[in-house]
Parts: sequence; structure tokens; C-alpha cells
Amino acid sequence: MALLWIEYVQMTGDSLRRQTPDELLADIELEERRKRRGQLKVFLGYAGGVGKSYQMLDEGRRRLERGEDVVVCALQHKYPAGIKAILDRMEIITTLKAGEAESIDVEAVLRRHPQVALIDGLAYDNPPGSPNAHRWQDVEQLLNAGISVIATVNVQYLQPLQDEVEKITGSRPPYIIPRDFFEEVAEIALVDAPPAESFLNGMIDRSTLLAEKHKLSRLRELALLAVAAVVDRQLESYLRSHGTEQTWGVHERIMVCVTPRTDATQMLESGRRNADRFQGEFYAVYVSTSSGSGQKILEQNLAFARKLGAVVEVLNGKDAAQAILRFAMERGITQIFVGHSSAPYNAWNRLRGDLVDRLIRSAEGIDVVVYPK
Amino acid sequence: MSLSTPNSGELGRPGHAARPGRLHLYLGYAAGVGKTYRMLEDAQELKRKGVDIAVGYFESHGRKDTMSKTIGLEMIATRASSHGGATFQEMDTDAILNRHPAICVVDELAHTNVPGSRRAKRWEDVQVLLDAGIDVMTNMNIQHLESLNDHIFRITGIRVRETVPDWFIKSAGEVVMVDATTGALLNRLKRGVIYTPEKAERALQNFFKESTLAALRELALRQTAHELESREGIELTEADGKPSEDSSPRIEQHRDRILVYVTTRPSTAMLIRRGRRMADYLEADCFAVSVSPRHQASRSAKETDPVETHLNFARNLHIETRVLEGDDAAELILDFAHRNQITQILLDRPIYRPWTHLFSADPILRIVRKAKDIRVIVVADRRKSH
Repeated sequence: MALLWIEYVQMTGDSLRRQTPDELLADIELEERRKRRGQLKVFLGYAGGVGKSYQMLDEGRRRLERGEDVVVCALQHKYPAGIKAILDRMEIITTLKAGEAESIDVEAVLRRHPQVALIDGLAYDNPPGSPNAHRWQDVEQLLNAGISVIATVNVQYLQPLQDEVEKITGSRPPYIIPRDFFEEVAEIALVDAPPAESFLNGMIDRSTLLAEKHKLSRLRELALLAVAAVVDRQLESYLRSHGTEQTWGVHERIMVCVTPRTDATQMLESGRRNADRFQGEFYAVYVSTSSGSGQKILEQNLAFARKLGAVVEVLNGKDAAQAILRFAMERGITQIFVGHSSAPYNAWNRLRGDLVDRLIRSAEGIDVVVYPK
Repeated sequence: MSLSTPNSGELGRPGHAARPGRLHLYLGYAAGVGKTYRMLEDAQELKRKGVDIAVGYFESHGRKDTMSKTIGLEMIATRASSHGGATFQEMDTDAILNRHPAICVVDELAHTNVPGSRRAKRWEDVQVLLDAGIDVMTNMNIQHLESLNDHIFRITGIRVRETVPDWFIKSAGEVVMVDATTGALLNRLKRGVIYTPEKAERALQNFFKESTLAALRELALRQTAHELESREGIELTEADGKPSEDSSPRIEQHRDRILVYVTTRPSTAMLIRRGRRMADYLEADCFAVSVSPRHQASRSAKETDPVETHLNFARNLHIETRVLEGDDAAELILDFAHRNQITQILLDRPIYRPWTHLFSADPILRIVRKAKDIRVIVVADRRKSH
């Protein structure tokens, strides 16, 4: 992951693309829907005890003090003293119970119709026989009725992250909040803290404790990055809707120059990692000049580029440097990856300047990263 | 009150006079996200658990909710210093050392002390407390991290002057992100919670633009994720019970070594910062290397100074520096690179003169040409081109 980050840090000046009419319409529709609906705010954590409940209830308290009509609609089973003190001052609509399981009393909440409903634990499933199978569907109902909801959830329960979660914990959680629901969340705030002491107590075996700490650490990192990704998307949507072109590179555009002679695996992998993490764009470009040598390596390189999901472009032109630079300017490329020149340094090449030389001299505002063969 | 106590079971641990104090950092992305509030809540929780804790410096900014969180905490009196006819309250480091609590709470780590103070920066005072074995809880915003200075400038258009060196942040036992949504933050600002109305109005037009805040927030989240990851590496290494050198073969096998070529050009500062960040993320060694002609006298003082300034800057960021002597800069740099197993070289873009490629005079282009087995990154100064 270190590598991904460094490439992120290398990103700089870049301008975001203009919005298509469809994107514009989608944004407007989303905005309209948001106005009619209640707002959903989620406090995201990675484990019990990091303070999600507290932060949610503390926000409820502050809103109450500012005169908003706030009601608690779902709670966890156990709370420490500090949270109980806040709860004492709040109105609570008790949940419906069916044995161990419980569900939000949606009818009662709709009748009471507060401005804001607090729901501690968004990911639970409802007991069998409930009108909705999942709690997030109850929340959907409240939102549609114009009630705003503040809820808590752990990162493990988000559908888009299931693969990563499984890699960390070795299993998939029993409840999942679908991508569509989550993408409509108006606001998401991260609740970050080191793993709580209580969580790790009782693990006397040192290796178990360390394994558990490591797991929690990875989940914590996942939560941080998940929120970063959401912020990134919001930033893009904000910039689009305001027609602003900014000069910071939240999105890096990388262009790998593939040649018929050299293995481009390292460059391509590096480009891919960057694009993966930051929704950057990733191009592999080959300039087709007349010479036909080394077709096999070229095909391998281009196939590998396609496998990595690069946009592969074959440019035509006698002057490779010129073709590459023109393409870079058109697409707003921010980094050009190229292999070290293998051409002999004779007088002619020196006068003309070889490809790498010319890219470095002419690619104003673009980083040129020259890779060993 | 948050359920998790900072640095569970570590902070405030008594009875180890010899060990340096541990640093616990709350990282935010703007004024008003709740760093101080959160820090004080955790302090209250520790106090409830019986930990010996005192507040060494607290800045209320007139925020009532935050002030209420100090109730019941021991506050160590600040020291008044006058400068230019005005009086400023600074943290009284000596008083804290005398009191010697197990944990000291220090607000606003990036603060610059009033001229004439014993130490220029608050983080240096905090270092003194840590050296004395006092654990410190403190906070700052992402924009004060030294190596992000250029990046922050591009995002905000503001050159942040109060910076904290990266190595100091790296030394923190724990970095915790204090998050708030940009919407919530803007609401707080409009309600007058963060600043007075006039100041809030100015802030809204500058730093507190939604897009700026979102970019800073993303940066802080990613930085915290990175800090967590690098600490995780250290912990696992220590957990093996072996000396850290031989228990991390991953690093030993293909450890990157980065060379930053230091010249007189102003953009070298940017190059050094970038080298620092790359070194951090790749867990690499980093060298800042300059070349000085054999006959120093032939160089004007004007030319020597910027290089020395850059080398000092690199030293401040804990980058090793070397000055090579000789006339062929490209040859010397490459020789150094090969002898020291350098894997990546960071260079400025050459200043283009029509004749350079004729005579290969520009050392930068010559380094690129000859460094066949080393990755060379020619960094563009993007501020000019946009």
C-alpha cells in the first residue's frame, strides 16, 4: 500500500473533466431527491468501542439543545455511564422485540414524526416476519417520509468492501448494506480511535492478541480509506456541479509509453496501482512508426496493459515524441512513464535529442519518470 | 467521553522514568473539526480512570462546548510574555516539568512561540516534555505537516508558515483522525461556533471553501491511514521479538534508496519535500546531494548560499546530506548513486536552453542519459504551468 500512496502524493496539478449532460441530470435528480427526503448521516467505525454511539448521541444532544426535534429509535444493549447520562435527557421510542432480535418500531416513529431519528446500528437484520428484512430498509422508509436519520455502522458491513473485509478477517459478515443505499448517504463521518482496551482484554495469549490487533488495525485503515474515497467522490461531484476546474490532482492521469523492444511490466504495474486507488486514468500508448521489428514484445506489452485495464491507444506519427506530447496535452496527462533510452549516443541522436530527452524538455507541467530496463 | 482511551494501556503508564514520553496526536483538517474537544474528552476519561493528567496549554477560542470539557481537569498556568507592546500567553514548559504529570495535554502543536522565547516552536517544547518522560496528548491540522507544504499550497493557495517536521509526527505512538463532515463544519462556521462573525466571513471566502475543505479532509484521512500502516509495520516487527533489522526481510531485500539532486534553484525545496515523502512511504533511505566545484573560490557567495540553505532544509527533515567535490556534476552524482545502491533519483526539469542538447552541458539531462539502471523522476513544477 505504501507504493500506492507515494504515487498519490506525487499527484498534483490537474483539471477535472467537464460534466456530460447525463451526469449533470443525474446530479440534479439526486439533489432534488435529497431535498424531499430526510437526510442520512452515518458515523462510520471499524469495531465496537471506538466511540460511534457516543459521537452520534452527542450530536443528537447538541441538535436537541439547538431546538431540533430529536428522538432515539434504536440502541445497543449495553452502554457505559457517560452515554447513559446523555440518553437520560433524550426521548426514546422503544424497539419491537422478538426474543433476542429487535427492530425499529417504524409505525410508531412515523406517527411521532420527529425531525431527526437516531439509530445506533444500521446494519442489523430484522427478526423473521418483520415487514422489512433489513434495518436499512426501515431507515429508507423513514427517509422517504422526510425524517432525517443519524446512524452508526462499522466498515465491515458495507457491501462494496466485502472482498477487502474477507481478506482481513477471513470471513464475510452476516449483514450487508447494499452499495446503492450507501451511495445515497448525504454525509459520512469517520470515528477513528485506537482499538479500545476493553476489546483486547481477556486475550491472554500474546500471539492471539497481536493477530487481533493487526486485524483491527487493517479494518481501521480500511475505514479511513473508505471515507477518503467517499470524500473524493463528493469533491468531484461538487466541482462538476459548480463547473469549477481546480488545479489540484485528486485524479492523476498516467501514460505509459510502450515500445516494441522493451518489457513494460514494471511501468504498467506501477501505473495500474495508482489508477486503482485514486480513480485516476491510466493509458498505455504505443507510437506506430514504420519499423516492424519486435512485434512480439509489443503485443505482450499491450496485452498486459489491457489485462491491467489500461486504455490502450496506438498513435500514428513519424515523430514519437511529438505524438506522445500531443496526446498528453489533449488528455491532461500528469505523469509520463517511459523506459531509459537504448539508442546509441551518436552525433545525430544528440543533435536531434532522443525520445526521453525531448519528453523531459518539452513536457511542461508533466512529471517524466524514466524506468530502468 | 469516548470509550477508547488513547493508546490503550500505554499512555500515562507510571514508573518508567528512563523511557521517553509517548506522543499521542489528534489530526484534523481545519479549525473547528473538534480536535481539542475530542482530546479533552479522552483526557477526562483518563482522569476518571485515575491517571495523573494535567493540561499544559489550552486554547478555548471562546467555544463554550470545548470549555465545558476542561471542567475538573488540572490546568497548569501559562506564562505571559510581551512582544511589541502586546502580551501573549505561552505554555510554561518549566512549570510543567516541575509538576511532572504522567500525561500532559498540549493544544495546538504547530504554534510558533513569541519571538524571544527559549524555543521557537511549540513542538520543540513538547519534545522537551517527552524527553523528560512525560506523555503528551496534542493536536494539529494536516496543513501543518512540513512535507505537505507544496501540496497544501496548491490546494489552498496559502503558504502555511507554521509547520511541524515529519520525523516528529512519525515519532508519535498514535495518530488519530478527528473527522467531521465538511457540511457540519461549514454549519458550525455559519453559526459562529468557530470564529467571530467577521472572521468567519473571511474564512468562508478563503480556506473554508467546500472544495478546499474536502481536499484537505481527504488528505488527512489518507495521511492517518498511512501513519497507521507504518506503525503497524513497526509493531509486527517488534512482536517477533527479533531485532528490527533482520526481522523485516521485505524491506531489506529491495529497499529503495532515493537521491535528491540539490542545486541552487529554488525548486530544489520542492524536490526535497517530495524526496522526504517518497522515503517515508517506501520506507527508503534518502540522500540530498549537491556538487561543489573543487575551487570553492571560483564560486560567488550568491551561488553557494542557496545550496547550503537547501541542505539545511534537508537536514531539518532528517535527510542525510552529502556535498561532492568536483567539476563533472553528472559523473559525480552517478558515481555516488552506484556506490550507494541508489534506486531512484529525483531531479528538477532542466532549464531549457537551445544549445544544451548540442553539447550535453546540462547535468540533469546527462544524469538521465547515463543512469540506465536507476529510476529517474524529473519533477515538473506544476505551479507555473497552470
